[in-house]
Amino acid sequence: MTLLDVRGLTVTYPGGAEAVRGVDLSLEAGRKLGIAGESGCGKSTLALALLRLLPAGTKVGGEVLLDGEDVLTMRWGQVRAVRWAGASIVFQGAMHSLNPVHRLGDQIAEPILLHGGAPPAAAKRRAGELLEQVGLPAARARAYPHELSGGQRQRVMIAMALACDPRLVIADEPTTALDVMIQAQILRLIEQLVSEQELGLIMISHDLAVLADTCDRLAVMYAGRVVEEGPARTVYEDALHPYGRALSSAFPRIGDPASRFAPRGLAGDPPDPTDLPSGCAFHPRCPVALDECAVLDQPLREAGPGRRAACVHVGAAVPPPAGPAQDVRSTT
Amino acid sequence: MTADAAPATPGRLARQRRRQSAARFWRSYRTHRAGMIGLAALVLFALMALTAPLTVGSGVAGVTDAPGAPLEAPSLDFPLGTDRFGRSVLGLVVWGSRVSLLVGLLAAVLSVVIGTVVGVTAGHFKGAYATVLMRITDWFLVMPALVLAIALATVMTRSLGTVILAIGVTSWPTTARLVRAQTLAVESRPYIERAKALGGGHWHIMSRHVLPNVMPLVLAQTTLMISSSVLAEATLAFLGLGDPTVISWGGLLQDAREAGAVSAGDWWYLVPPGIAIALVALAFTLCGRAVESVLNPRLGVAR
Amino acid sequence: MVSDAVTAPVARARRPRTGTAYPRYVAGKAGGAAVSLLAVLVTGFFLFRLIPGDPVKTMTGGRPVSAAQLAEYRREFGLDLPMWEQFTDYCRKALTGDLGTSYQFRAPVIDKITEALPNTLLLTGTAFVLYTALGMFLGTRSAWRHGKLGDKLNTGLALTLYSVPSFWLGLLMIIVFAVGLGPIPGLFPTGGMESGGKEGFAYVLDVAHHLVLPVITLVAVEYGQTLLVTRSALLDEMGSDYLTTARAKGLRDDLVRRRHAVPNALLPTVTLVFVNLGRTVAGVILVETVFSWPGLGGLFYQALSVPDLPLVQGLFLFFASAVIVMNTLADLLYPLLDPRVGR
Repeated sequence: MTLLDVRGLTVTYPGGAEAVRGVDLSLEAGRKLGIAGESGCGKSTLALALLRLLPAGTKVGGEVLLDGEDVLTMRWGQVRAVRWAGASIVFQGAMHSLNPVHRLGDQIAEPILLHGGAPPAAAKRRAGELLEQVGLPAARARAYPHELSGGQRQRVMIAMALACDPRLVIADEPTTALDVMIQAQILRLIEQLVSEQELGLIMISHDLAVLADTCDRLAVMYAGRVVEEGPARTVYEDALHPYGRALSSAFPRIGDPASRFAPRGLAGDPPDPTDLPSGCAFHPRCPVALDECAVLDQPLREAGPGRRAACVHVGAAVPPPAGPAQDVRSTT
Repeated sequence: MTADAAPATPGRLARQRRRQSAARFWRSYRTHRAGMIGLAALVLFALMALTAPLTVGSGVAGVTDAPGAPLEAPSLDFPLGTDRFGRSVLGLVVWGSRVSLLVGLLAAVLSVVIGTVVGVTAGHFKGAYATVLMRITDWFLVMPALVLAIALATVMTRSLGTVILAIGVTSWPTTARLVRAQTLAVESRPYIERAKALGGGHWHIMSRHVLPNVMPLVLAQTTLMISSSVLAEATLAFLGLGDPTVISWGGLLQDAREAGAVSAGDWWYLVPPGIAIALVALAFTLCGRAVESVLNPRLGVAR
Repeated sequence: MVSDAVTAPVARARRPRTGTAYPRYVAGKAGGAAVSLLAVLVTGFFLFRLIPGDPVKTMTGGRPVSAAQLAEYRREFGLDLPMWEQFTDYCRKALTGDLGTSYQFRAPVIDKITEALPNTLLLTGTAFVLYTALGMFLGTRSAWRHGKLGDKLNTGLALTLYSVPSFWLGLLMIIVFAVGLGPIPGLFPTGGMESGGKEGFAYVLDVAHHLVLPVITLVAVEYGQTLLVTRSALLDEMGSDYLTTARAKGLRDDLVRRRHAVPNALLPTVTLVFVNLGRTVAGVILVETVFSWPGLGGLFYQALSVPDLPLVQGLFLFFASAVIVMNTLADLLYPLLDPRVGR
């Protein structure tokens, strides 16, 4: 059975901002799905919505089926039981996501105790084991968050996420605040743990290259929607949606001197979620927009084996010229 | 700053800008219901104090030919009864508002002026001067202000000036701290660097750049300080440290206590002055908090 | 001074920076406290000597006094000595606990203080525990449901009581609950600390009976400050990411609050509670005066109505030093409560 099946998920904040506008995703156990997009595209909101962690007053619609059960219609007691035990989150910026006045071991053991996994002594032992699993000495359980480096704190977050043997781990920008060497270590660690334990992984990042490297499939989000989805490598190397192309060329590619000297980007900012453009939300920034794009919304459509994209050019007789260099304006 | 930017009509531009920001401030202030209630109460109290010579007249405070018998209960003639000399308590409360509000206002202004001068200079001149000044501020901050004020009022002659001075020189440190923080924030902005590069001296920077930027904060602080000054004035008067020759709310309460109104249960003598003090203090507090949250929504007052 | 409560956490959050520096931090704080105490001593000296010009004149306050008596007083208080000698003399005596002789009671000031101190500690301690607990409890609830009706009522009541003069509230309490008003009988004594002639448990009950009204008055005027401080400290924590983590772990809302949010908000609150002790001293003086409580506050009132300058000065020194010492203790306590600041 599908581990996670998200159908038509919508999120509207109290101020009227539509952060997520109809997202469909699915994930099998043991697979890794990447979600990419600029900041403000709704990817972190999506992560919080999966466990109903959004502030009171936020309207959430659609279905989030975790092992076949809809998280959005569960009773609160059941939601709390699913949290961490069914699906856990590695938050971005572990600096602030750990409680500064509690010892790390206690913070890791807290969900184990809460979900009745073990008596206190065993939970404590388990916390030590988890720390060793992520490459930290078990003795660090007695330390406080401020005594660790950024990379070590992120390892603690990962250890904590694994504490209750969840079926699904959501990693929200797990490596953003880290330097490149540490970033690579953390990514390897996540990959290794996921493959060892047959977990489902959702990894959220603005860095397409990182996701292409780590994940099986990749979904690109723009203005609260998935605009492109497909096998990670293909989406990264040969995006069909102009936004996907812009995103993949925004980072210099190793071994491609041309891209290093002329990194490509996208002019302008993501749209204001309280005041989205008409038609295709991307059309004001789109280098290949047609007149109809300003009027007609573009749904996701089949675009080859296992691929979908939401662009007027996709599925049309002639695909637009590929190759990021020609059709994406460079940022200044 | 405006003056530098538009040499043609600097004055008019500056005035226009000030008018605009005042209008913006008012629009935002109007949305705070508690602040509006406080403001309305203040307007009423101010009117009462200003019109007191017409409504009750200074004769109300005379002891010799008081209109009623001592300690009469409320009646149609005396809606709030009479005091120990047979004077109308209502008249006394109205008349007393003049001294209570005046002393509260002046003491708050004195306190805020000291605090602003200390804060701006401590923020502008760094180094030993600022360190010493802030140590003094911290010392005053921890000091029990009322004890200090009582000590001051005890050793000086009984007069309104003494009360104003005693309250003013003991209550400034909060303002100094806030103003200094704001000064440091303002001085880290790039245009101060520019003004310095253009040869702006200390006085120019403090008076033309820092002061206009800390003024809103000073306004909020003054409003809050009036509230505590009114309370402090009442307290000093109640302890017998006020000017015995004038009528004030705190003095009325002291009179009432001395006349045995407490044990006799003469509530009408005690209740009105206290309510007046509390209402004025509350009104200024509400206004001050509203101003504060308009200026700095993150201060946490209105959230 | 509501702004004290709301903004002071920013001003006060001075923390030592590194892990092994606690002894140095203690030394620094103790040094600072010593300087502050010295400043109190100097202020006490000049306040009561320079401003009035001649303390003896102030002391005798217009009563007919013969020149011989004046000279006698001068010698007694050492006013015939040069200023510098007076000062060193005063410091030496103050440091050895000799605060002079009360003009009014003809007894050493220090004896009057030690006599009244336990009574004040009883009243203040009881009220302090109650208003801190009440303020923190209501402040936490208020912040957790901020913007709701309960929060508005809570903050509104706190602000109102905060604006009420403590002595007036005390007088009303006496009229209503001690003298009795209309149908309400007088339930409590009008003042003092005991009715006399009781021993053992009956004495304890009697003191407790006398304690009720002053404590209620003090709690009513002081808890608002703690409430506002706690509320704003907790509101500052509310947006924190670690609370989302705690929620994501599946913790119940009240556990998120109790176990994660409150401990973090407590730290600035604790400091502020101690900084505000200065205000509490004012409250104590007035409440003791109104209820004729035989403590330091009542003594202060008696001293300043004479005025009994040695006693006023001695009590000034005592109150100021006590507040400084309590604040220093709070500063020393802070790093022990906050693990971010090493020991």
